[in-house]
Amino acid sequence: MTSVTMTVNGKAVTKDIEPRMLLSTFLREELGLTGTHVGCDTSQCGCCVVHVDGDSVKSCTALAVQFDGASVTTIEGLGQNGTLHPMQEAFRENHGLQCGFCTTGMIMSSVDLVKKAKEQGITIDEHYVREGLEGNICRCTGYHNIVKAVIAGAQAM
Amino acid sequence: MYAFGYHRPGSVADAVKLLADHPDAKLLAGGQTFIPTLKQRLAQPSDVIDLGGIAELRGIRAEGDNVVIGAMVKHGEVMRDATVKSMIPALADMAGVIGDTQVRNRGTLGGSISNNDPAADYPGAVVGLGATVITDRRQIAGEDFFTGLFETALEEGEIVTAVSFPKPVAAAYEKFRNPASRYAMVGVFVAKTAGGVRVAVTGAGPCVFRLPEFEQALSTNFAADAIQHLNVDASGLNADIHASAEYRAHLIKVVAKRALAKIG
Repeated sequence: MTSVTMTVNGKAVTKDIEPRMLLSTFLREELGLTGTHVGCDTSQCGCCVVHVDGDSVKSCTALAVQFDGASVTTIEGLGQNGTLHPMQEAFRENHGLQCGFCTTGMIMSSVDLVKKAKEQGITIDEHYVREGLEGNICRCTGYHNIVKAVIAGAQAM
Repeated sequence: MYAFGYHRPGSVADAVKLLADHPDAKLLAGGQTFIPTLKQRLAQPSDVIDLGGIAELRGIRAEGDNVVIGAMVKHGEVMRDATVKSMIPALADMAGVIGDTQVRNRGTLGGSISNNDPAADYPGAVVGLGATVITDRRQIAGEDFFTGLFETALEEGEIVTAVSFPKPVAAAYEKFRNPASRYAMVGVFVAKTAGGVRVAVTGAGPCVFRLPEFEQALSTNFAADAIQHLNVDASGLNADIHASAEYRAHLIKVVAKRALAKIG
């Protein structure tokens, strides 16, 4: 067992875990943060995307022990004081989901995508969003409203 | 995943010592290939040595006409870095087409070249630009580094610390992606350098290779037209469910022409 300390959604947590524990397992089973979904478990689908020190990461393809000292944000930590994050609100408003399984990963990826675009001065259009979300798969194929939601969310962010 | 011991050294010297003390250990860089390999139980290292805590493996800096990139620099950083974009834009472009956003936020230069996946993008850039691989003990010319399918010139316990990429006169990378995995079915890096024209092909064979006929034709006329009359021999190229060797041979010329067209 190895001790790991990280900040998750603004709170410091310390746990003794096996080094082989995935970050996705750590979040879901050690911390009960089940908003991070595990879809394919093979780094393809993006349902498990969380932010580590501000970057989107597939938490099924990372060991929790790698993030000792890091700051992790999951979908549960995106909104502040009971208010949805503008990207969450945009997904709700534009019905950017069908079954909802991929949604949390889509939103986490979208927030990073928009943040990076703004830092780099990139125009957020449909092409940029579709290319930028290539690591997230919606098996309902509901991409049309997802893209609409991300563009609307970007304007609100 | 099988159980393993975990180490997080703070320096390259400590990592080298840990590797020597644990002969069945493996290094963890970005983990975008290694962690899936562990999950599938295709590897059973006694110990995992995480290079994520070593500051000296990070950072991108200009050294004269070279860009030196630390082994633990992530693809997303290379893609967005102002120094890389101004000195070798083709290298930033190449980093930007590896995997997807999340893979680029974790995957590293050192991890990619040390693994030497035949369909990886970085070997194309390292050989195409005539880069130099720097390890804890020596410097290795890019084209001597990649020795075969998942094989490199690295000795037992040797760690890549950085790669030095010389600024070319002009360069471009183009790839034909497998739509599911995003790996290169064929990737071609073309560069006009101080030492001549270089054409490196990845994804098509067991290991990255240069195309001397293309290079010769392009040294008199650095444009897509110059290679129109040439054909690539399919023997020895990869054949799998995605494409036959003949298809890949054809793609090499198509992709090379697209790369040259980008330079204009």
